Amino acid sequence: MANLKELSSVPEVLASGHRMCAGCGAPIVVRQVLRGAKAPVVVANATGCLEVSTTIYPYTSWNSPFIHTAFECAAASLSGVEAAYNSLKRQGKITEEIKFVAFGGDGGTYDIGLQSLSGAVERGHNMVYVCYDNGAYMNTGIQRSSATPKGAETTTTPVGKTQPGKTERRKDLTKIMIAHDIPYVAQVAPSHWNDLYKKSEKAFSVEGPAFINALAPCPRGWRYDAEDTIEMCRLAVDTCFWPLYEAEYGKITVTYKPRNKKPVTEFLKAQGRFRHLFSPDNEHILEEIQAEVDRQWEELLALERLGLESQEQQE
Amino acid sequence: MASEQKRVAMTGNEAVANGMRQINPDVVAAYPITPQTDIVQFYSSFAADGLVHTEMVTVESEHSAMSATIGASAAGARAMTATSSQGLALMWEMLHIASGYRLPIVMPVVNRALSSPINIHCDHSDTMGALTTGWIHIYSESAQEAYDNLIQAIRIAEHPDVLLPVMVCQDGFITSHGIEIVFLLPDEVVKEFVGEYKPHTSVLDVENPIAVGPLQLQDYYTETKAQEAEAMARAKKVILEVAEEYEKISGRKYGLFEEYKMDDAERVIVVLNSTAGTTKAVVDELRAKGEKVGLLKPRVLRPFPADELVEALSSAKAVAVMDRAETFSTRGGQLFTEIRAAFYESHKRPLMRNYIFGLGGRDTTTREIHRVFKDLDADLERGQVDKLVTHLDVRE
Repeated sequence: MANLKELSSVPEVLASGHRMCAGCGAPIVVRQVLRGAKAPVVVANATGCLEVSTTIYPYTSWNSPFIHTAFECAAASLSGVEAAYNSLKRQGKITEEIKFVAFGGDGGTYDIGLQSLSGAVERGHNMVYVCYDNGAYMNTGIQRSSATPKGAETTTTPVGKTQPGKTERRKDLTKIMIAHDIPYVAQVAPSHWNDLYKKSEKAFSVEGPAFINALAPCPRGWRYDAEDTIEMCRLAVDTCFWPLYEAEYGKITVTYKPRNKKPVTEFLKAQGRFRHLFSPDNEHILEEIQAEVDRQWEELLALERLGLESQEQQE
Repeated sequence: MASEQKRVAMTGNEAVANGMRQINPDVVAAYPITPQTDIVQFYSSFAADGLVHTEMVTVESEHSAMSATIGASAAGARAMTATSSQGLALMWEMLHIASGYRLPIVMPVVNRALSSPINIHCDHSDTMGALTTGWIHIYSESAQEAYDNLIQAIRIAEHPDVLLPVMVCQDGFITSHGIEIVFLLPDEVVKEFVGEYKPHTSVLDVENPIAVGPLQLQDYYTETKAQEAEAMARAKKVILEVAEEYEKISGRKYGLFEEYKMDDAERVIVVLNSTAGTTKAVVDELRAKGEKVGLLKPRVLRPFPADELVEALSSAKAVAVMDRAETFSTRGGQLFTEIRAAFYESHKRPLMRNYIFGLGGRDTTTREIHRVFKDLDADLERGQVDKLVTHLDVRE
């Protein structure tokens, strides 16, 4: 268990003065994750908010080597960097220990970058991929992605006379990544910084690929006040909308179980993007969302039990 | 002094794979696609047998092949990939990024028609569309040329005055799968010729961190692209210098293009890659009958050697430029359009017409080449071309 004082003494890789919006969850995720690296890192970044706001030529906010290529291929580009590292190390041209980490938003990870991420982790590159999930294409102006929660209003799922925001459920990317049977997968939220730090440490310490899905609230897209970002995370976790858990080679451990699971409306009503759901006509949507959160939470607990039972049987 | 060379019978793909083995890149990221697949297969065997120190990245798509190659090259590795057709099309976005980052990536391309209709055979619709991507384009008539061009490409790409990626093209199936006699240089001669790659920056240099791929808007983008264009212009001299050095180790001469029996040629065909071989046979036949015909085979299309081409073609009376790809401009193929434009300032302009030929692997034999020379003859008698663009050998 780390304490805040220790963590705050770790040198920053992402310097202050970048151009991310006030209250953006993404740089908080980046800074918390990189505290777990324990070695110099090479950072890859998919096109998106983080990339355009931290490397505006001739400036960079990164105190580490950084590479951005395009939107859908942060994992593929970083896999090339890691392959070069392996080759040059084998030839004795490089001796130092270096860690590799990619950051992509949900658009660059759940959607356009899913194939290259899947390919890279299947190939077993020794790297950590971090998705900062703010639930829409925020960089282009809040368009829906497959990570956008059901019911959310975005500019491509507007609340109209016949459509109540996004009608589809969000994709469960964390589970998809667990299905790759890789050394380490975790879901985190920056409100639970110690949980995040421990998971980041684990992700960087395993041999082979690790994936972290980090909730990264967006004040503009979610429509809440910039100072409430961490509160949004807390509500997401306490309502079990965004459970905190990890999977080591597929074996699931839920790392935080709220003592009092709050109704999902607590999370939804705090954000302008769900405001329309609270009109009487849309009550059934709130019920559907709650039922979905409940089902997924129970399923997660069941998967955890299943993992424990199979471990006991093996012992 | 040319070195002792091994005379072997092999396909164009095998020759290229052997060239890659001798170059021994640090990273190869590749994805299979007909007719390039052999290159990846041969190379995977070399890696599996420990003949190279290459880290193989067997990616899940060509987009990722180019992305990983870019990552490896930015990390200071000598990095290569290879592709064809749809694979090159899928890489499109990343081609511009490789050149924009000034990464000296070398990529064999085995030319194949683009869908649709889906077709696995040769034409040049894949690389003709990639002429605006900032890559140096080198074309090869035979397996021998594909091999020779590949080895030279490393030196061209990595030259400090250039630092641009290079694609080395050959005709799908025709030379990639046809077996011919190839002279391979000794491994150590190639090793010495390409030398050790010494990148000036690397994202693996954690002591001196750099940011590769930052955002450049109105204030810097223009300068970056202008510098890229200047590097492309400088490449012409480097290509010729490297060719001269290569001649010393191989005895084989290369330039910006090849002129075949052009000295007093009145009727000339301009054509790329394997069809140049077919044309040479026809030129020989017609020359035996005393006809003044010749061939000009472009080797380098980027940078485009406009002045040199004008110089070489200006004493001809009638020129047929043959394009193995459509542009749908309705005013001719890419090669034709560029060569014709190069003559804009010239006072000596031969008659010039265009043939679109060999699409989707349609055989172009000596019969079709004879017809083209006959058409030029008729044009000369008429004093003008009777048709600007002709689709050769099309069923009515």
